[in-house]
Amino acid sequence: MRTAHLAVEVSGFGRHPEAWRQAGVPREALLTPAHHIATAQLAAQSGADFLALPDSFGPGSGLDAVAIAARVAPVVPGIGLVPTVTTTHTEPFHTSKAIATLDLVSSGRAGWEPAVSRTAQEAAQFGRKPAAEPAELWREAAETIEVVVALWDSWEDGAVIRDVATGRYVDREKLHYVDFTGEFFSVKGPSITPRSPQAHPLTVLREEPDSLAVAARWADVVRIEAPDPAAAHAARERIRAAVADAGRDPDTVAVLLDVEILLAADPNAARRELDELGELAPRTLRVVGGPDALVEVIAEQAVDGVTAIPLTLPGGLRVLADEVAPRLLAAGLRTPADPAATLRERFGLPRPANAFTGV
Amino acid sequence: MPKKQIHLAAHFPGVNNTTVWSDPESGSQTDFASFVAFAQNAERGLFDFLFLAEGLRLREHQGRIHDLDVVGRPDTFTVLNAIAAVTTHLGLGGTINTTFNEPWELAKQFASLDHLSGGRAAWNLVTSSDAFTGENFRRGGFLDPAQRYDRAQQMLDAARELWLADGRPVDHHSDQFDVVGTFPIPPTPQGHPVLIQSGDSDQGREFGAKTADAIFSRHGSVEAGQEFYRDLKGRMAKYGREQSEITILPATTFALGDTPEEAAENGHRIRTAQVSPQTAIAFLEQVWGRDLSAYDPDGPLPDIDPDPGAQITRGRVRHEKDPLAVAQRWRELAEAKGGLSIRELIIETTARQSFVGTPKEVARQMDDYVQADASDGFILVPHLTPGGLDEFVEKVVPELQDLGSYRTGYTGPTLRDHLGLREPA
Ligand SMILES: Cc1cc2nc3c(=O)[nH]c(=O)nc-3n(C[C@H](O)[C@H](O)[C@H](O)COP(=O)(O)O)c2cc1C
Repeated sequence: MRTAHLAVEVSGFGRHPEAWRQAGVPREALLTPAHHIATAQLAAQSGADFLALPDSFGPGSGLDAVAIAARVAPVVPGIGLVPTVTTTHTEPFHTSKAIATLDLVSSGRAGWEPAVSRTAQEAAQFGRKPAAEPAELWREAAETIEVVVALWDSWEDGAVIRDVATGRYVDREKLHYVDFTGEFFSVKGPSITPRSPQAHPLTVLREEPDSLAVAARWADVVRIEAPDPAAAHAARERIRAAVADAGRDPDTVAVLLDVEILLAADPNAARRELDELGELAPRTLRVVGGPDALVEVIAEQAVDGVTAIPLTLPGGLRVLADEVAPRLLAAGLRTPADPAATLRERFGLPRPANAFTGV
Repeated sequence: MPKKQIHLAAHFPGVNNTTVWSDPESGSQTDFASFVAFAQNAERGLFDFLFLAEGLRLREHQGRIHDLDVVGRPDTFTVLNAIAAVTTHLGLGGTINTTFNEPWELAKQFASLDHLSGGRAAWNLVTSSDAFTGENFRRGGFLDPAQRYDRAQQMLDAARELWLADGRPVDHHSDQFDVVGTFPIPPTPQGHPVLIQSGDSDQGREFGAKTADAIFSRHGSVEAGQEFYRDLKGRMAKYGREQSEITILPATTFALGDTPEEAAENGHRIRTAQVSPQTAIAFLEQVWGRDLSAYDPDGPLPDIDPDPGAQITRGRVRHEKDPLAVAQRWRELAEAKGGLSIRELIIETTARQSFVGTPKEVARQMDDYVQADASDGFILVPHLTPGGLDEFVEKVVPELQDLGSYRTGYTGPTLRDHLGLREPA
């Protein structure tokens, strides 16, 4: 049996749009650091490999996800932090240094989930270009990822030399222009931010029709939605084939299934809670019930692990931390996390070689 | 009338030759631990805010990356949000360029920082940028210098509309921006972040007088400071503003010692270390526009003239426009001071406002300076990272408090509280 990966995604008071009713605090609580710290702490207690923080420029979005990740990083140890970063209306140069800096302030626990902005509404907020088709948006996203990663490598490790004799603070031979020119933009480089602890923070991508090629080329983790384990398994096979076609080892890419959860110690209580909240069509496999129900899904190992998405907070997370996590350990589905591990290490991935030098 | 109070901000080093990186006590300027130590000490010293400068491309000198100064900085928003986690009151000031950002994203980032820090965010709006820096951005270097402050103003107008919209749709159209939509983040604890300005041209000063809550200035001496202070605050009335609504903070360094002699010696040692032999030549080359690596830094100025057309440094704001005149001035100065060497001359000419003395003397000098309306306080630029403010906080701050010129505790949680500012209307 393989060990399974576990991630947690939180946004608002949970994925269910009526979840705020259950939360017992005003919506403004979402603007406070206390809310985000408490949520991240619970996620960390569940032993999850990372906390996914969704974001967009669309309506209903809240505070900037990279900002939230940075705000919790110094006070919530152990867990990886993976904010969503959209690539459509942003500057790749800024994105590169933001994620490298998240890696710095979290001691190597940063990741990012590149995503695209599809709507005319988001385009109007920027007023720079019209909305585009997904294929074009993902070509642009691929360019963004390519240049972001190149910028991460644009400072070699050890570029700071502090050589008093020659008066040199940096060895400029260890700084590299990226000289990227693509269909959508060009970036000269180098970055202004040194290479980060993980060198390449974890790249997480969602599978969708136009993102598969990008994921095959760049993803360390691919997130999928599927209604049942069989469909999830088929998706995993599809992704592994695409990764192999892109010339990479499929075993270096973990496929995680999104699972909506509403858990309570008493399974009936969980179902009652969902009834009270009202109908919400599932986007992916949903587990409503006791802790064992989620353990069973993970034990099936149709994929490499799951991203648990609580329909309500903090209830779903509390059960995950208190009830599910110990069961996973006991069943040998998870091993105790090394609190000092980087996020890449949690996924068994090495610190990558520098593209400019091979070391 | 109560005594005029001194405001202090702490400049975390970015890219400069002020940081004496060759000193064994000099730590990393990019490790987060350095930011934590520096910020927590500034907060112990009851500073108004921590300040980060910005440069979006590595400087070049003679076509190659400049390698003599400290260089490398983490992303401003990300590091400020992380510092918010390890401090409780300290304001968090970030320099963010108006040319290479868009209002919607920037408004979201600053609103997030202000919410997540409980009202401690400040934005230093800078316009300096050119095609050289633009090569790192989608928009490139498209902006004509004459338009930079137009864009800055329109950027601020759009951002302010978003920050204060409170759920109402925004429909902003200007030369630079079309921003249409409903901003998803409610007004922040401070209404919106505190605004800092640091451009020094006529246009820059006008922009500051109209919009800024604080000015980061470079006018060091008492006379130059007073002149700037009068000029800047004099421009405010036509915008319907009270002079007290702007806090003027020049950059300053300091050197301390137990005796005046020891302080002077420390000051000299620091200045010498800041201008290494190689740095002295590089500064000279900037003015001369030529390769002067064959010259001895401990020898006299070159007898050849500067090449007035050449610009061999890129990515640095140029305050000197006429190299021939500068060379002339420098030659006269070197002569008048009894034949200064290149390095001695650069040490002399690149010196900025610095307070040198025992902690008591430094406190007195600073107080005199502020009471004389040469400024409202200072942005302190220490020569060591991260411990460069430790001695100041330990020894000078209590002296300032004894003089009745400095707070003994924070009076509120937000940066607006520290600066005595009202919420924006
Ligand atoms: C004290 C001081 C500090 C400055 N710091 C920065 C900085 O960190 N980053 C930057 O891009 N520009 C910086 N600038 C440049 C100005 O913000 C401004 O854009 C530039 O001076 C051009 O405008 P001006 O012609 O009005 O001076 C600084 C200027 C001054 C006077």
